Amino acid sequence: MTSLLSQAADYFPMLVRKPAPRFVSESGARVHGIVAEFTEVPAVFHAAEHVRDAGYSKWDVHTPFPIHDMESAMGIKTTKLPLMAGGAAITGVLTAIVLQWGTSDILYPMVVQGKPYDAWEPFVPIMFELGVLFTAFMCLFGMLALNGLPRFHHPLFSHERFLKVSDDRFIIAIEADDPKFDPVQTRALLEKAGGTHIALIEDAE
Amino acid sequence: MSAIHPDQSLANRMHGVEPGTQPLPRPQKTIPGSSDDGTLSEDPGKRAPLVLGDRSFGEVTNIVCGYAEAKMPKLWLAALTLSMSVAGIAQIMILYLIITGVGVWGLNNQVDWAWDITNFVFWIGIGHAGTLISAILCLLKQNWRTAVNRSAEAMTIFAVVCAGIFPGIHVGRVWFAWFLFPIPNSNGIWPNFRSPLLWDVFAVSTYATVSLLFWYMGMIPDIATLRDRAALRRANNLSRPFGIPMPIGKDLILPWMIRPDTIRMFVYGALSLGWRFSSRHWHRYEKAYLMLAGISTPLVLSVHSIVSFDFATSILPGWHTTIFPPYFVAGAVFGGFAMVLFLLIPLRVILPNFSDLLTLRHLENMAKILLLTGTMVGFAYGMEFFIAWYGANEYEFAVFANNRVNPAKAPYWWAYWTMITCNVVFPQLFWKRSFRQNPLVIWIVALAVTIGMWFERFVIIVTSLHRAFIPGEWHMFFPTWVDILTFVGSCGIFMTLFLLFLKFLPVFALAEVKIVMPQASPHPDHDEGGH
Repeated sequence: MTSLLSQAADYFPMLVRKPAPRFVSESGARVHGIVAEFTEVPAVFHAAEHVRDAGYSKWDVHTPFPIHDMESAMGIKTTKLPLMAGGAAITGVLTAIVLQWGTSDILYPMVVQGKPYDAWEPFVPIMFELGVLFTAFMCLFGMLALNGLPRFHHPLFSHERFLKVSDDRFIIAIEADDPKFDPVQTRALLEKAGGTHIALIEDAE
Repeated sequence: MSAIHPDQSLANRMHGVEPGTQPLPRPQKTIPGSSDDGTLSEDPGKRAPLVLGDRSFGEVTNIVCGYAEAKMPKLWLAALTLSMSVAGIAQIMILYLIITGVGVWGLNNQVDWAWDITNFVFWIGIGHAGTLISAILCLLKQNWRTAVNRSAEAMTIFAVVCAGIFPGIHVGRVWFAWFLFPIPNSNGIWPNFRSPLLWDVFAVSTYATVSLLFWYMGMIPDIATLRDRAALRRANNLSRPFGIPMPIGKDLILPWMIRPDTIRMFVYGALSLGWRFSSRHWHRYEKAYLMLAGISTPLVLSVHSIVSFDFATSILPGWHTTIFPPYFVAGAVFGGFAMVLFLLIPLRVILPNFSDLLTLRHLENMAKILLLTGTMVGFAYGMEFFIAWYGANEYEFAVFANNRVNPAKAPYWWAYWTMITCNVVFPQLFWKRSFRQNPLVIWIVALAVTIGMWFERFVIIVTSLHRAFIPGEWHMFFPTWVDILTFVGSCGIFMTLFLLFLKFLPVFALAEVKIVMPQASPHPDHDEGGH
């Protein structure tokens, strides 16, 4: 429920009052989290393992491309997207069944080419096509929804160095909402893991 | 790894900031004394590099985004002007057709499907390479696909756009084209779901939609890269002013206009949906991509099968054969790869740094696919003929012998033999290694195959129809100038879309190219770049 509310707050900040910030910066703004930069894949991979082992839960690794096996280094659980896609596939096939039998056998039965009203064979191609179509929609839009996208504003974008993530940098970001977050200790952890350009990110409301 | 050239290190420092700078070209284009660019080794113990020139991640970003951000060469502008003019011809022809009627085409009582459906099947076939490369080669873990999948997918979309025009205007009264959709008409009658023509509507529209989703999903991270680069340039005051390219001389600078980087930041920003390269997102993204690849694989195979049902379920000799679905699918893959090669080989010359990402090995692999599918198509031609004889159906045999093959009897023999030469003979050149490693030879074969595949559809459609069962109704088909210009114009539409894609979107799948680079492995000691 709380995660649902916080997701809703991403889209409709006026509807949900955010809880009081746990940490504020010197200028009084809410602290979003701490970021640390890496330039090599193995370095960020091992750093992610350190952060995972330190017990953080609200954190993320931003990389220009998906790093192989990063989900185990971060301890990410498998996504439920395949189940959702399977559901979409079944919905698509059922839609095709209803559409074809409903119109050809019930709403306006008509003899065409001497075929029986309810012959299933000619209906197979469209069952397949609609199954694929619905699955494809679920793959893209389900993926986006689970990711909380589209979301055009994010505190991380205010950090200019973060924009290089789309090129060749790797950034670990630990959120201030994490129960284990502590400005000093988290920074020390990231330093020990080899991160550079460690910075505090403010959430300018 | 060679020592880094001082200019290169300067380029490295500046990268991502200067608009549209390209990294220096790699020093040695080929291994000295050969035409090998370093990827053609047949040593099984050595994996051919997928990215040449010891490129870093940043350089790859610069190569791909650089071309999308830089001023395009004047040649591009000339090509765009030409192709847009040709596309304009298509629009005029379509308008002329709509206000006058299908009588402006060369259709007659016998040949009521001709040029237009030939073009439809031709374009939809071209559209098969993109999804094949991204889906089937993805499932088969063919890493080389990363260099071509984006442009091939783009080609798919544009070819389907061209394909969609023809059945739409073929119906004659285009304002009744909504009869194709599952909507009851005013008498409450629904479209006939038992007809392959309706399956075709569903297959092609599903294919177009899924290809578009697949293409767009692959582009989200790369568009986000373009967005971030534009934002960085804006923040560092490196944006160029708005300029309108002029055919001769310098651009016309409009300093009071909004800067291009501002437009880029908002447009690419909107299109990239706020993608922030999170590993949690990547995890779901990769799953979604894999599933899309999984469902697109049977989809690709189904689309041209269903297109072939339009023909195969009729009783017309020459159409009524069970070999059509696999034969059409092989032909579509064949024609699609030919078009990919036909467009990408000149691109390597015009935009030279692309040859780091699109190596001779990539071209050779695609040439091998041309050889394979070309031979499959040749087998299908032979088998069709064999069954026409062996099946002892005199009408079917007559279609082959008297309508197609025999120059003494078949008026369209030249179309048949053009098809055989282009589709069966030309690809056989690729048995010789030096031919399939030579971009010029590959390009010529690709051109021949593109022509040959158009003739294949012409042969199937027109020669079967123009002389069916009753000799009294035999009639020749001649295209009119409207027919011809509509097809030429559709090529213009295709090229216009492709040229705009080259300018405004990432032509290579950046994130995917980076994955297959050796630096991308999290365990460099016991793993040489991906599994």
